[in-house]
Amino acid sequence: MKKYVGQSIKRKEDYRLVTGTGQFVADIKLDGMLEAVFVRSPQAHAIIRYIDTLKAKELPGVHAILIGDDIKEKINPITQFESHSAVPPNVAKEINPKIQFNAESVLAVDKVMYVGQPVAVVVAENRYIAEDAADLIKVEYEQLKPIVDPYEAMKEDSPLVQEQVERNIQMEFHLSIGDAKQAEQQADRILKTRVQTPRLSSNPIETRGVIADYDNRTDQMHVWSATQLPFEVRATIAHCLGWTEQNIRVTAPDVGGGFGPKGGVHPEEILIPYISNQLNRPVKWVEDRLEHLTSARQSRDQVHDVIVAYNSDGTIHSLRDEFVVDSGAVNFFGFTCAYNTAYHLRGAYKIPNYDIKSRIVLTNKTPNVPFRGAGRPEAVFTMDRVIDMIARKLKLDPVEVMKKNMIQAHEMPYDQGILVKDGAKLIYDSGDYPAALNQALEMVDYEGFRDRQKELKKAGKNIGIGISTYVEGTGAGPFEGALLSVDSSGKVIAHLGASPQGQGHETVFAQVGADALGLTPDDIVIKVGDTAVLPFGAGTYASRSAVNAGSAMHEASLKLRKKVLAIAGIMLGTTPDEIEIEEGKIFSKDDPAHFLTLKDIFKRVRPAARPPLPPEIEPGLQVTHYFVPPTVTFASSVHVAEVEVDKETGFVELQNYSVVHDCGTVINPMIVDGQIQGGIAQGIGSALYEEVVYNENGQLLTGTYMDYLLPTSMEIPTVKKGHQLHLSTRNPLGVKGVGEGGAISPPAAIANAIVDALSDLEIVINQLPVSPSRLRGLIKEAEKKQSTILSK
Amino acid sequence: MSNKVQVGISINGKKVQKQVESRLLLTDFIRDECNLTGTHLGCEHGVCGACTILLDNEPVRGCLMFAVQADGCEIQTVESLNHVDGTLNVLQQSFSDNHALQCGFCTPGFLMTLTHFLKDNQNPTENEIREAISGNLCRCTGYANIIKAVQQASQILQKENSNCSVVSAQ
Ligand code: FES
Ligand code: FES
Repeated sequence: MKKYVGQSIKRKEDYRLVTGTGQFVADIKLDGMLEAVFVRSPQAHAIIRYIDTLKAKELPGVHAILIGDDIKEKINPITQFESHSAVPPNVAKEINPKIQFNAESVLAVDKVMYVGQPVAVVVAENRYIAEDAADLIKVEYEQLKPIVDPYEAMKEDSPLVQEQVERNIQMEFHLSIGDAKQAEQQADRILKTRVQTPRLSSNPIETRGVIADYDNRTDQMHVWSATQLPFEVRATIAHCLGWTEQNIRVTAPDVGGGFGPKGGVHPEEILIPYISNQLNRPVKWVEDRLEHLTSARQSRDQVHDVIVAYNSDGTIHSLRDEFVVDSGAVNFFGFTCAYNTAYHLRGAYKIPNYDIKSRIVLTNKTPNVPFRGAGRPEAVFTMDRVIDMIARKLKLDPVEVMKKNMIQAHEMPYDQGILVKDGAKLIYDSGDYPAALNQALEMVDYEGFRDRQKELKKAGKNIGIGISTYVEGTGAGPFEGALLSVDSSGKVIAHLGASPQGQGHETVFAQVGADALGLTPDDIVIKVGDTAVLPFGAGTYASRSAVNAGSAMHEASLKLRKKVLAIAGIMLGTTPDEIEIEEGKIFSKDDPAHFLTLKDIFKRVRPAARPPLPPEIEPGLQVTHYFVPPTVTFASSVHVAEVEVDKETGFVELQNYSVVHDCGTVINPMIVDGQIQGGIAQGIGSALYEEVVYNENGQLLTGTYMDYLLPTSMEIPTVKKGHQLHLSTRNPLGVKGVGEGGAISPPAAIANAIVDALSDLEIVINQLPVSPSRLRGLIKEAEKKQSTILSK
Repeated sequence: MSNKVQVGISINGKKVQKQVESRLLLTDFIRDECNLTGTHLGCEHGVCGACTILLDNEPVRGCLMFAVQADGCEIQTVESLNHVDGTLNVLQQSFSDNHALQCGFCTPGFLMTLTHFLKDNQNPTENEIREAISGNLCRCTGYANIIKAVQQASQILQKENSNCSVVSAQ
C-alpha cells in the first residue's frame, strides 16, 4: 500500500542543518587532536631533486613531517578501484579493451605528475603552525616537459606521465555494431565534426576533510571523511596500508555535497589515518578552496570526432565516433566515464550502425573521476549537437529530426544491441520518449515561441529555443543493503550502506519502510554513513541510492513485516494473513480495537521471552536484505532552453528552462524536484560558466572563485517541470534514479538554443562553456564570413 | 607567533573574553574558541558566503576578518536563530517547508544574509530576493526553493507584523 511513498514529506535532516547543529567533518574536535597541512607541487611535471624539511621540523608545535621517501615501502600506491574498474568478460569480448596499470603514490615519490599533487605533509598543534611549517619546506624540482594536450600525449616520442603507460594511453576500447563505413557510402549526406566538453571541478560548498583517530588498545582506526563512499575508503585504506579491513571504521557524517569527486578516494584519506597510527593521536585535515580546485579530482574533458551518415529526410544511418578522455595523471575508475559515454551516446534514438573508439589518455593534470552524469553530459552534448547540425544543414526544424529518429513507445522494451557496463544487454525497460517530447513542446508553447521569435527578429532581438533529450542508465549495481531491527522503544532502526550528501536519505527510506511495514515515517530511524552499521555497502553515486538502497529497504521491511505478523498471530491467536498493520497498530481484521504495537512484539520476541516462542522463530526482530539489481534502469528526460543572445556582447540570457522527466515511481516529489533543479543549475554552470583551465605548462589558471565561475541566484531560473511515470520493471518499487539527470542535458539544450537564436549567422558551437568571449568570437567570425560572401 | 591580544566579543548575546593571536580569523574564533560550528567555511576568500554572520547587525563574511577586528562588537551566528524552546524561527521553518536546503552546508550563510535582508525589506519581489542572495553560493539546490522559502517567510512576517501593529494600536 502506498501511503507515504509519493508524498512530499518534509525532511527529517533539516532541523539540525537550519540550526547550525549538524556535524560536518570540520566540526569534529577530539582530545589531543593535531592538524595536518599538505605541501603540494607547484609543477605539473618535474623530478623531485631534494626536499629540505629541517627548518620546518624545528618549528615549535610541529609533530611530524613526511615526504615521499618516508612512505616509499610503507604505503602502497592507490591503484584502480576494483569495484568500479572490473570489465565483465562478455563486455571485454565485445570491446576488446587494452588496459595499462596506473597508480598514484599518496605522497609524490621521485617525481610529480600534476600541480597540486601532495609532496609533503606537516602535522602540528594547529593549522596555523602547520601552515607556517609548510612554508619553511623547500623542494627542489627539475622541470620535465609537461603534457597538457592528450593528442600530443599520444605521440610516439611524447614524454610519459607514468613510465609504464606506453604512449600515455591508459586504456582503449572499440565498440561496434552494424557497418558504419558501408552506411556512410550509401547515405545521402555525411556530417563530420569535432565536439568537446571542458574539464570541470565539482565544487561542493563543503570542501573535502578527513579525521583519523587510532586506538592502540583495540587496534581500531576510526576515520571520518567527507566522502560519498565510506566502504570504498575503508577498502582503499586497507589496501594501501595493509591493515585488517574490519579494524577500520569509516564514518561519513553530514557531508556538504559530493556530486561524484567526493567518491574518488584521495591520497589524504590514506595518509591521515597512517599518521594518526604513527603518532597515536587524532589528526585532522580540512581542505581549503585552493586545494580543492587544484587537487580534488576533476571531471569531464572529452573530445569527440564524429562522422554521421544521414539521409535528406533526416534519418540517421550511422554514427562513428573516436573520442579521447583526458584523464589527467591517473585513472582510477577504469572505463567508467568512457564506457558510459559510449553506451549512452545514442540516447533516445535508433541508429543501427554504430562504431565507437575510445582512448583514455594520461596528461599532467589533476586526475579525472566521475562527476554528476559521469560521461553522459559529454555523450548528450555530442549527440544533440549532431541532431541540431543535421537539422540546420537540411533546413528542417530540429524537432523533426528528433522525431524521425526517436524510439517509439510501442518498441519498448527496446534493445540497443550492445551491452551495459555491468555486462547485461542494453535494453531500455520503459518510457515513452515521443510523448515526453510532445509534452515538453506543449509546455513551452513551441509554435508560439517560433512566432514570437520571428516578431522579435524584426525588432533586432535574437531569441532562440534548444532541445535536448537523454536516456540514462540509473541505479547501477552491484548491490545495496538494509539491516532493520526493532528496539525496545518500538522504533525500527534501519542501517543502510548508501550514505547521502544532501539527498534526504533519512526521509525517503523512512517513507519506503513506512509503507511496507504499516508504520509512519516517524517510527523509522535511518542510520547511514558508517561502515560499522552494515558489513557491505557501496555508496551514493550514479543515481543509484533510491533504486538500490530503496529496494533493499523495501524488501527488508517486508521480511520484517512477515516476522512481526508471525509473532502477532501467536499473540492474537489467529493466522498471520488475518492480521493488519496500520500506522503502527497491529490487529486482527475482525477486532481492530484490540491491537498490539511493535513494542509489544519486541518484548515477546526477546531471547528470554516466557513462554518461549516456537523453535522455528528466531529470537529478536532483526532482518537483513541485500538488493542486487538485474541491471540498470533507464530514466529519461527532455530539456528545453530558451535564451536571448546579445550579438554585441556575446552575452546569453537564459530566459526559461523547462524539463519533462521520467524517473518511474517518485518517492518524494519535493526531493525529486529539488534534485532536478539542482542538477540543472550545475548543467547551466557547465553550459555557460564553468571550466578548469590549464595553460601550456600545466599551470592551473582557475584556482579561485574569481576564475572558476559558479552560477549564482542571478543566473539560474526556476525550472518548469513536467513528469512522466513509466515505472521501472527492474526493482520492486518501480523507481529509476534521478540524481544526475538534471546535469546531463543543459549544455546541449542551451548550446542549441544559442545556435537557434543566431540562426542567420550559421554559427557552430562545439565547445563549452559558451562564455561571452567565446561566443563573441564566433559571432565576429560568422559576420566576417557573411560580409565576404555578400561582397563577392 | 605568540603575541596574543585580548579580545572581548559578544556572541549570540554572550560575552566572550579570550587571548588570541592577532592573525586568528574571526571564523576560527567563532568555530574553535566558541564551539559554534554552525558558521561554515566554503572558500575562505570571500566569495561563497557560507561564513556570513551578523556583526553589529550587518551581514559580513567572517572569513575576511580577524577576531581582533571584532573586538567590542556584537555577533550573531546561525545558532541564535531558533527560539529558546528549540522551535525554528519563521525563516528556518520556511527553509524546511520549501526544501530550500539539500546538504545544508551553505544554509547558515543564507539564513544570516536573509535575516538581515528581511528586516530591511518586508515585502521583497523575486528579483530583490535573487539579488539579496547573489553573494551566497549554493551548489545543491539551484536556488529556486530558497527563493520560495523567502517568499513564504516574508508573507508570514508581514502578517505577524500587521497583527502586532493592530495589537499596539488598540
Ligand atoms: S568562506 Fe567566507 S565567503 Fe566563503
Ligand atoms: S544545500 Fe548544499 S550547498 Fe546549498
